[in-house]
Amino acid sequence: MSKSSPTRPERSALVSEGAALLDVRDLRIVYDSPRGPVEACSGVNLTVQPGEFVGIVGESGCGKSTLLFGIAQLHSAPARIAGGHVLFRGEDLVTMPTKELNDLRWRKIAVVMQSAMNALNPVRTIGDQFKDAILAHEKWDARQIRERSAEVLDLVAIDPIHLASYPHQLSGGMRQRAMIAMALLFTPDLIVMDEPTSALDVVAQRSLMVQIKELQQQLGFAVVFVTHDMSLVSHFSDRLLVMYAGQVVEFGPTRTVFDTPSHPYSKSLLEAFPSIRGPKVPLTGIPGDPPNLAEPPAGCRFHPRCPLVQDRCRTEPPELFTVDAEQSPAVEPTTGNTTGDTNGNTNGNGTVLSRCLIHHPDQPLGIGLATEAHV
Amino acid sequence: MTALLETTGLSRHFKVGGNLFSHQLLHAVDDVNLTINEREIVALVGESGSGKSTMARLLAQVHKPTSGEIRFEGKSIAHLRGRRDQLKYRSDVPMVFQDPFASLNPVYKVSHGIMRGLKLHRPELDAAGRKQELLRVVAAVGLNPPEEIIERYPYELSGGQRQRIGFAQALAYRPKLILADEPVSMLDVSIRIGLLNVMAKLRDVEGVSILYITHDIASARYVSDRVMVMYGGHVVESGPTENVLSDPKHPYTQLLLSAVPDPRAPLEITTEAAKAEPPAVIDPKPGCRFRARCPIAVDTCATVTPLLQPVDPNHTAACHVTAPAPVAA
Repeated sequence: MSKSSPTRPERSALVSEGAALLDVRDLRIVYDSPRGPVEACSGVNLTVQPGEFVGIVGESGCGKSTLLFGIAQLHSAPARIAGGHVLFRGEDLVTMPTKELNDLRWRKIAVVMQSAMNALNPVRTIGDQFKDAILAHEKWDARQIRERSAEVLDLVAIDPIHLASYPHQLSGGMRQRAMIAMALLFTPDLIVMDEPTSALDVVAQRSLMVQIKELQQQLGFAVVFVTHDMSLVSHFSDRLLVMYAGQVVEFGPTRTVFDTPSHPYSKSLLEAFPSIRGPKVPLTGIPGDPPNLAEPPAGCRFHPRCPLVQDRCRTEPPELFTVDAEQSPAVEPTTGNTTGDTNGNTNGNGTVLSRCLIHHPDQPLGIGLATEAHV
Repeated sequence: MTALLETTGLSRHFKVGGNLFSHQLLHAVDDVNLTINEREIVALVGESGSGKSTMARLLAQVHKPTSGEIRFEGKSIAHLRGRRDQLKYRSDVPMVFQDPFASLNPVYKVSHGIMRGLKLHRPELDAAGRKQELLRVVAAVGLNPPEEIIERYPYELSGGQRQRIGFAQALAYRPKLILADEPVSMLDVSIRIGLLNVMAKLRDVEGVSILYITHDIASARYVSDRVMVMYGGHVVESGPTENVLSDPKHPYTQLLLSAVPDPRAPLEITTEAAKAEPPAVIDPKPGCRFRARCPIAVDTCATVTPLLQPVDPNHTAACHVTAPAPVAA
């Protein structure tokens, strides 16, 4: 674990007055490469309230998983945190010594990894692996371990008899649920999930999502959920953060982002998958690939793929602007409170932020995103 | 018109468990009648474990059928004799694999696999002809500029580009039918559409038929002409895509449709059926294999295996309740 940290700030200055459970401020994560550092996470701000479900979406290579590893402090060389803070209940995880970090891990912050086939040890039983996780953090006796393990398996609707099973004896959906059960051992405040459903088929995927949501309501933990499939989280997340090329390009309440996306990238993502209902329309997907982060495009990072690109987009890097409630670029700008600057606005639950010049408070592009497609 | 490929009563059983003298049989594919016509994309839809990949392997001759017959252009492929006939069938019916990160050899340029196929299956071409064909197939799957792409190694391509190379490889053999086993499931949602469009283009421009195996019924709707839904080794519903999806008769098809995440629709309450898992069909007894998860099961379902019955022209379903067999006169 590389813990090379930037200057250690005064802790008191960072303890926020709000009750945010997780507060990520201007987080920068770079991968050192022979050809210079590659910034995979460029100044991300994100707050998660207790009990909230935040979805993070974007294509492969947009820095979603890097951000998540940064939040959980699981990054390892060549990745390092080049700046910013990850405040968990007011304490900065970035500068926290590993020993204190280990106290928080699993008990307060748990992680569910992408592929349960690879995350579970194939030669040990589920019960054994639960026991390891418990003994790493608590000194419980055998009976306590057995009881708690059975309890959490029961929570995810797996018969506790499977504590004696090996991973290969469970189906893909059950393995993924067992991973979630393991994350629940200490009833953490925050569970970070990295595409937990991507190896499952649609039916298993849907039932797992419903189950995560039910558990969340029952136990009250917060979820940060990373996925490339925007439609998957549409019914489950409270707020949605769209990432592109290491930056946040849109952040707002899930319903608002789906109904009236404020960034051309979010809109393209939404239109990239075929619907099961309504007329069959030819789709094009998003042309091109996400940029190489070693040399991100000048101006707006999305401009080479953007269907609405204007001359200004090629040179002027947009900040994260607050989107007017009216969604109209022609409307008088509000107090001009752009939100690239840390505090405040990322907390506002109803606010939509968009990194597109269309929403520039003083000099908007003067074109609109046609948003008629989503009714 | 004879069908391009047709199977009758195709079954494949695998031995599982037991000891030397007794074993159980897993019925991966049971009594499947499948027809693929020319210039047609047929989607084979089902959950993991429904037998759809076994179907592809049977058609690719990876597995021999336990019983039943596969006829390609009217001739049974069980009687292919000799290397020449085998090669011919394999070049007519190539396969595209699920994982584009594992299916290309990382130490060769992407042109390597395509060139090998050309040498093996297109002996009539000379070196210049092969090069030309190589560029043609790479351009045909939408990789531009082809001259540059063929000089790259797999690690220099994105997942979507690699999977296009997979299709280019198949296309180089001048195939009649491409077996595509979950070709887009490993790809990002945003680039899946590009590949589906490539498949539609191969059908429309190159005249290739495609068996598209997937668990994503929305993508099946987007690209396929006909759809077959498999459950527990049986085909439970089949017909023209629009008919089946707009008016699904089998409760399993209905379950699959309701599981598709659709931000444009309200969240439907999941039934118990959605939480259960598809059965491992080991030494099955008669009866509908979906009955344990079925919200509308009746007594007959536990004793009589439903057969495919027509519900309208071309559209068939295997369900005692929604597609009852005509009463014998």
